Amino acid sequence: MAYVVTDACRGCRYTECVTVCPVECFHLDEQMTYIDPENCIDCGGCAPICPVGAIHPSWQMPAGKSDWVEINRLRAAETPVIAAKIPPLPGADEQARRLAS
Amino acid sequence: MSALARIAVVGSGPAGFYATEALLRSGVPVAVDMFERLPAPFGLVRFGVAPDHPKLKQVTTVFDRIAGLPGFRFIGGVEVGADVGVAELSACYHAVILANGASLDRRMGIPGEDLAGSHQAGAFIGWYNGHPDAAHLSFDLSAERAVVIGHGNVALDVARILLKTADELRHTDIAAHALNALAESRIREVQIVGRGGVERARFSPKELGEFGDLLDCETGLDPDDLPEGIPEPSIDAGVEARAVAPILRGFADAQGGTGKRRRCLIRFGLEPVRLAGKDHVQSLQLRRPGSDRTIDLDCGLVISSIGRRTAPVPGVPYDARAGIHANLGGRIQAEGVPVPGLYTCGWSKRGPHGTIGTNRACGVETATALLADLASLPAPIGSADALVASLAKRTGHTLDYAAWRRIEAAEAARGRAAGKPREKFVTRAEMLAVAGVAA
Repeated sequence: MAYVVTDACRGCRYTECVTVCPVECFHLDEQMTYIDPENCIDCGGCAPICPVGAIHPSWQMPAGKSDWVEINRLRAAETPVIAAKIPPLPGADEQARRLAS
Repeated sequence: MSALARIAVVGSGPAGFYATEALLRSGVPVAVDMFERLPAPFGLVRFGVAPDHPKLKQVTTVFDRIAGLPGFRFIGGVEVGADVGVAELSACYHAVILANGASLDRRMGIPGEDLAGSHQAGAFIGWYNGHPDAAHLSFDLSAERAVVIGHGNVALDVARILLKTADELRHTDIAAHALNALAESRIREVQIVGRGGVERARFSPKELGEFGDLLDCETGLDPDDLPEGIPEPSIDAGVEARAVAPILRGFADAQGGTGKRRRCLIRFGLEPVRLAGKDHVQSLQLRRPGSDRTIDLDCGLVISSIGRRTAPVPGVPYDARAGIHANLGGRIQAEGVPVPGLYTCGWSKRGPHGTIGTNRACGVETATALLADLASLPAPIGSADALVASLAKRTGHTLDYAAWRRIEAAEAARGRAAGKPREKFVTRAEMLAVAGVAA
C-alpha cells in the first residue's frame, strides 16, 4: 500500500506534495511526480494538499486510474528524488482550473 | 557571519527534527544541539502514533539519518524550563527553537470531570504507548460502555484501541501493561460523541475506514442524531471531507448480524453536560446543543479528546487563546515584537493539526526565518559545550544519541522475544540503566 500520483499531475507538477512528505518519497520527471511505494509510509499528508487532487491511496483508486499504481512503482525507480518544492510547469494554473470544472 | 552558528532545538519530535534538517542542510555553517526531556527521542511518533499504525513509525529512519548529519548533537534527559531555563540557553546559543509540541489536554469544563473513570486522551494514549509519565496510570475497563468525547483522529485512536481484541494488538509495540489490561477489558460498546454534525467532524477517511475492518466490532450510527441522514459534502469541502461521508453512510447502512461482540457508535450533535457517579463515573449526561433535550448514558469510562495546547515555557511569550507560543511564522513575539533569537515550530507554533509531514514544511519555514535573521543575532556570551557539560552534572544522566540507540536495540531484542517490533521500557530508570547512564 502507498499513495499514488495520477495523470492529473501531468502538466501541472505543483510539488506542494513534496513539502509535506515526511520521508522524501517523491520522484520527478519532466512531466509529473511519482511516489516510491517502498518508502511511502501512508501518512496521507500529500493527498489533501495537492491543488489538483492528483494523489490517491492505492486501496481507493478512482475508476480507470489503477494503472498508476504500477506506473508510480516503475517510474520512481527510474527517476531522481525531489526533496524541495520547485515552480509549477507553465500553464499549470490553467490546467488546474480545467480539471476543477 | 562566517563563524559556526550554534542553535538549540528544544524537543525531538518531527518538528524538531525537520527544523534541524533544514538548518544542517542549509549550507550555512550551523551546529544543532537537540534537547529532549525524556531518555527517548521522536515525541509523538513514539508516544502518540497508535501502536497499530506501525508503518507511520518508519519515519524514524529519516530522523536517524538527520541525527547522523555533521553538527548534530542529542542531549536527552534534560527538561528545558526545569533543568535549564530558556534564558540560560539563549546566553549560550545564537538562537533557540522551541519544538515542544502540545502536551496539555484541553478540559471540557463540566461538573464531574474529575471523577475517577474520567480521563483525557493524552493520559490514555501515553499509557498504551508506554510514556514514562503515564505508564503507572490505570483505566477502569470493567464497565460495558465507554464514551470518547471528540471527533478527531485522536478520538478514533482511543476508541479503536479500546475496541480491538488483544489478538489484534498483540504483535504491535503497545506497552505490555496496556495489552494485559486491555485483554481483560469488559468494554462492549464505545460511543464516539461530538457536538457538531458530520460536516464538523475532523476524521481522516483512512482512520475512519479502519472502523469497518475491526475483527470483533461493528460500527454504526444512531439515526436519532441525523434525522435528515448524512448530508452531501459541500462543493468547497476538501478531499478528506468528501471521502468521509460515504464511509459514514456505509456505517449507517450496516445491517448487523455479523456476530461481532463489540459495537462502536459514532454520535453527532451531542454536547457533554455533566458526569455523575458516587466516587466513580457511572453516567454521562449529553444534550442536543441549543435545546433542553438530554440523554443519560450509563458508562464507566469517559475519555475526552477535544484538543490540546502547548505547555507554556517560563520566560516565553504565550498566546493563551491559541494555546501556542506567541509567534508569527515561527518568530516568537512579545506584544507583537519579535524576541531576537527565539523561534518555534510544529504544534507549539501552529497548534495541534496536520500530519507528520506538515512539520517538514513548518520546520523549513522556521529554519528559513532563523537563517535570514542570523547575521543580526548577537554572538552568545556563554559556551554551549560548557553548558552541556554542566547539565550532565546537574541532572546526573544526560543521554547522547548513541545511548538512545542502546535503548532502542534492547527494546528491539525484547520485542523479538514477544513477537513485537519492540517492547518499550516504560520507566526512566530502566531506560537509563539499559543506556549505561547513571540514574
